[in-house]
Amino acid sequence: MMIFLELYIRFAMVGLFAVGGGLATLPFLTAMGETTGWFTSMDISNMVAISESTPGPIGINMATYIGYQVGSNFGGAGFGILGSVVATLGEVTPCVIVIMIVSKILVKFRDSKYVEYAFYGLRAASVGLIAAALLGVAKIAFFNAETMAESGNFFMAVDYKSLILSAVIFFLITKFKKLHPIALIALSAVIGIIFKM
Amino acid sequence: MKILLQLFLIFARIGGFTFGGGYAMLPMLQKELVENKKWTTNEELIDYYAIGQCTPGVIAVNVATFIGFKKKGVLGAIFATLGMVTPSLIIVGSIAMFISGFQDYEPVQWAFSGIRAAVVALILSSMWKIAKKSLVDIFAIAIFLVVALVSFFTDLSPVIFVVSAGLLGLVLNLTGIRKAKEEKKK
Repeated sequence: MMIFLELYIRFAMVGLFAVGGGLATLPFLTAMGETTGWFTSMDISNMVAISESTPGPIGINMATYIGYQVGSNFGGAGFGILGSVVATLGEVTPCVIVIMIVSKILVKFRDSKYVEYAFYGLRAASVGLIAAALLGVAKIAFFNAETMAESGNFFMAVDYKSLILSAVIFFLITKFKKLHPIALIALSAVIGIIFKM
Repeated sequence: MKILLQLFLIFARIGGFTFGGGYAMLPMLQKELVENKKWTTNEELIDYYAIGQCTPGVIAVNVATFIGFKKKGVLGAIFATLGMVTPSLIIVGSIAMFISGFQDYEPVQWAFSGIRAAVVALILSSMWKIAKKSLVDIFAIAIFLVVALVSFFTDLSPVIFVVSAGLLGLVLNLTGIRKAKEEKKK
């Protein structure tokens, strides 16, 4: 059972040192596989594919997947579930503690003009990072890099179906403010299947 | 007790329908927490994201912890975080257990193609709401543009952008460069 304690501690270390969101944990997980021999680079690539195509934070999905592999290799599906819970809890423990401390400090200095000045810059950068993430998603959603490489034609590589769907969804969310994002996501999954996007 | 349960359920719902990581969660957070529950504001959300990007760990969990902690202390933070991770445990756990090659099924790929298109529109609309509150003057817009472009085209860590923008915010205000500009406007 020591393996589960080790799993918890190793994932807590990843959670503590990987700064910048879920995908930032990837190099740490690769290193963990190499040191422990718990999982292979094939497991890692499956993990990324599944984590990006299932709901939930990518970092958590990756921890769950790897935890399951480690546990089930140790003693079957039951231990797999235990492994996924242990790895996930390990990964979130440092985040929760660090953020509670930051939150306390923030409340204390909320009215300080220095904090206000720093946040003036921080907010702009934060929106910038969201925009960069948006560009990344848009590139994958609207643009087929393989077609571009084969045909060399930019306009053939653009995915017009996705572009139109995206415009329709944007119109809906702007026009009908009561619509819940979940409804729009479900709708576009169905549209994706119907039109074989 | 009721609030703890609500925190758990709201974050479970958000976690269960977020495709594409922490940023894609933003539209859901705005809907559930800013518009419906009024537990936080758009300004606070963007602060949480800024901090979540330069503190360790998964951004989604960082934001959940912030809101849970603000609402109901340590227990609130724990319940919000557990809510956030529960759908992942169930969904990814089941896939790891039962379905190999889940992502290779064609209908799954079609559905995700559709979802990605929707996610672009949803993030754009959320970003617009937040940008209106955060990009208050020409300096802020300049920081925004530089961070967005450099971050998209390079692999630099978000920490670098967040920390240097924070420092720049301090410098611009303390040296009076920004204030002078504001006064001119009045």
